[in-house]
Amino acid sequence: MSKIKKYDAIVIGGGHNGLTAAAYLGRAGKKVLVLERRHVLGGAAVTEEVFPGFKFSVCSYVVSLMKSNVMRELMLPKFGLELLPLESTLTPLENDYLIRTADSDQTYREIARHSKKDAENYMRFGPAMGQIGMAVRPILETIAPNPIRPSISDISATKKILDHVKSLTSKQFEYLTKLMTMSSADFLDEWFEYEPLKATMSASGIIGTFMGPRSPGSAYVMLHHYMGDIDGAFRAWGFQRGGTGAVSMAIARSAEHFGVDIMTEASVEKVIVKNGRAVGVALENGDEYNSNIVISGLDPKLTFLKMLDEPDLPSDFVSAIKNFRIRGSSGKVNLALDALPNFTCLPGDGHHLRGAISISPSYDHLEKAYDDAKYGNFSESPFMDIILPSVLDPDMAPPGKHVMSCFVQYAPYDLNGGWNDQKREAFGDAVINTIARYAPNIKDIILHRQVLTPADLESTFGLTEGNIFHGELTLQQLFSLRPAVKWADYTTPIKNYFQCGSGTHPGGGITGSPGEMAAKKILGTW
Amino acid sequence: MFYENKFTANTQLKLSPFFERTSKLNESQEWRRWAGYLAATSYELTHENEYFAIRTKAALLDISPLKKYIIEGPDSQILLDRLVTRNIAICKVGQVMYTPWCDEHGKVIDDGTVQRLSENKFRITSAEPNLEWIESNSTGMDVIIKDDSFSTAALALQGPNSRSILNSASPKSLDNLKFFWMMDTTFENIPVTISRTGYTGDLGYEIWMDPNDALSVWDILIDKGKTFGITPTGLHALDIARIEAGLILLDVDYISTRHALIESRKSSPYELGLGWAVKLKKRNFIGKAPLLEELDNGSGWSFVGIEIEWPGFEKHYRDAGLAPGLPSTAWRTSTPLYNNNEQVGYATSGTWSPLLKRYIALAHIKSKYAKEGSELMFELKVEHFRKLTKATVVKTPFFDPERKRSCPK
Repeated sequence: MSKIKKYDAIVIGGGHNGLTAAAYLGRAGKKVLVLERRHVLGGAAVTEEVFPGFKFSVCSYVVSLMKSNVMRELMLPKFGLELLPLESTLTPLENDYLIRTADSDQTYREIARHSKKDAENYMRFGPAMGQIGMAVRPILETIAPNPIRPSISDISATKKILDHVKSLTSKQFEYLTKLMTMSSADFLDEWFEYEPLKATMSASGIIGTFMGPRSPGSAYVMLHHYMGDIDGAFRAWGFQRGGTGAVSMAIARSAEHFGVDIMTEASVEKVIVKNGRAVGVALENGDEYNSNIVISGLDPKLTFLKMLDEPDLPSDFVSAIKNFRIRGSSGKVNLALDALPNFTCLPGDGHHLRGAISISPSYDHLEKAYDDAKYGNFSESPFMDIILPSVLDPDMAPPGKHVMSCFVQYAPYDLNGGWNDQKREAFGDAVINTIARYAPNIKDIILHRQVLTPADLESTFGLTEGNIFHGELTLQQLFSLRPAVKWADYTTPIKNYFQCGSGTHPGGGITGSPGEMAAKKILGTW
Repeated sequence: MFYENKFTANTQLKLSPFFERTSKLNESQEWRRWAGYLAATSYELTHENEYFAIRTKAALLDISPLKKYIIEGPDSQILLDRLVTRNIAICKVGQVMYTPWCDEHGKVIDDGTVQRLSENKFRITSAEPNLEWIESNSTGMDVIIKDDSFSTAALALQGPNSRSILNSASPKSLDNLKFFWMMDTTFENIPVTISRTGYTGDLGYEIWMDPNDALSVWDILIDKGKTFGITPTGLHALDIARIEAGLILLDVDYISTRHALIESRKSSPYELGLGWAVKLKKRNFIGKAPLLEELDNGSGWSFVGIEIEWPGFEKHYRDAGLAPGLPSTAWRTSTPLYNNNEQVGYATSGTWSPLLKRYIALAHIKSKYAKEGSELMFELKVEHFRKLTKATVVKTPFFDPERKRSCPK
């Protein structure tokens, strides 16, 4: 490609949000170039054949929050989006289990085995959360207004949100306030009594966050995970056929359909800024590309502190970005298996292996796992969210073999003494030992294992400190504060430089939302 | 307080040769009647996994209730050419043709497939009994017509992994078997005939066998298919897939002219979107003259795909304070379609496509309003109240993967 070619827009990073932004701009007729540092597209939503014949959603592994209008507007099903339902959640216990399935009567019966009261409340909880999802959705779908020196559009966005808040029922308002402020444990204690149920539900309040279920604020993270909406049904998790990388590839194909150019192994070194205005990018290999605007899909630390030079930025902004909390708390263990794991509580093959398997027997289990991390160690007995992609999609592994994806928490980025090969393997062993308590055959069936620490997530995927959400989803860095006050509407202090990653509103997960809203903001002011 | 039930049941319905297996696998015990047979609605408590088996793995369906007839003898081709609208003269041995057949007024009686088993031997499948119709039209011809409905059992194996499963069960490779062709092979020395046909619009096959071999064939396929995600699948999942494939269903999307009490209930092949299967250049066949005339004058009605547009659909529900109320299974209730307050058609079956993320339906529309891209208003009930929401006429099949027709390189 020629150096003199000038693009309307350059997107740094071929993650799913960068690709989404590019596709929307392409759809609007703009000439866009996406530059991806790695040899594969997708950022954290990537599928790789890590071991011959065994494919893994290496990092991000489930899809629930993908916005339906993004799927439609970018025609993603046409380009390969295929979301299979994850039907159940199994919580294996030492001598028993808890399972929730797609069938509500069966779920009622299973919970009632442990607590009749919980079983009934569970039937009310889903609809209540659905109502909250409905209540929050318009807020998430609004470009976060700038409360400081608001423009006309900021005022109208603020008014829209205030009007919306006024329209909430008192119950919705109550739950919303509680979810914004409480710990997930406290919130769930108001509803349920059976510990494994509460602990498993609270787990979605800690994912990707350096908090325990008893930390205030964790209820919001739980809410964030409740806003998943597949086919109109709130809170349904999906698995992408071919792994999450296939979501990114569908977006990439859509972008290409709209005329977007995509380059891999094109690592951007710096954004070129002239007179306070972004005019292009310089690659590590010395190539330069010019464009009218530059959009970063990277996290806020990289977007501002690496891609720009500090003197180009206002000092209060620099300190806000430096204070932006992005502590990595999780790791990922990907296993290639010779056979299926055999859970003592539910032996053999069965429907229970088609859903999520949550290692979350109690609040104490999760909170102790967090305690380890608080003091700089990885959890000896971690929380895990496990899925077996090859059960849902046999093409993920050779016939008869399986792949297992273990999302593991906690693994602090700032490990005492730092991460090294030995500690990585010790972390992997802790994970396997924990699984073996529930599925003793696991050690005999592992053919290969890939252990990713937060340090690996940082070096491989460019996730600063290994944070999967490009920054924690805590109240002080959400909405108009994500990533920093005044710059939460995808603009930056540098003219013509925009941001569209998970570090912007409404945050992480495979949603396409930051990318979509950034593109719409950009197109609105073009 | 705790008790154990032995599960036994009685039925007046006919049981398929596979029933010994399917009855034990059916966890939901949800059954439907299909041509007097007990047929599984869904094997699991929800049909979602079975639907996705059709699209991402391999679904195994018992299709034994299909009506089947063997037509054999020197005049068999002549008889079929007289009966159906496709040109059977060009159907080669080993080839299969989908075709409707009509009464003398050019209105559709039934639709099905014609398999050319040998030069002078055919099998025709249909939804309803057709023996009398076939026989009464064979006067003076040198043919033997046999009802094969109970003497041949059939399975459908549909989905992207179906070929791999058959290849591991059959000593002969299926790699070169083309779309709408068939071949003879064996599974562990059991003779079977495999046609590359189906009702899902995906890569898929139908397997024809002696009913006495039915259970062995089932067991072999389940065993070989295990590592490819083979999934016993019921009619709920099939119904979604066939709508995505734009395939019509007798008694749902159209009424056989033989049961239609009034003229307006009858449909010609043109009015069912089957004009491509009417070969007017061939010698005389039943219904040819009125069909020629219809082609000249144009058809009053068309059969099309429609897409119910999301933004308007969603808004109706949001206005009621609800999340969009998508149907979880395919529906079969006739639903009015309007153009400027005038009803110009009706949808006969529809579904949310979990794969395409589109709300789709099949509809009869007055031809004037049936052009691709035409905008119509679809009647929707939200909280008991009727609403109108925008729908667009779109091309079918809604879903048409390349793998349906392709062969491995």
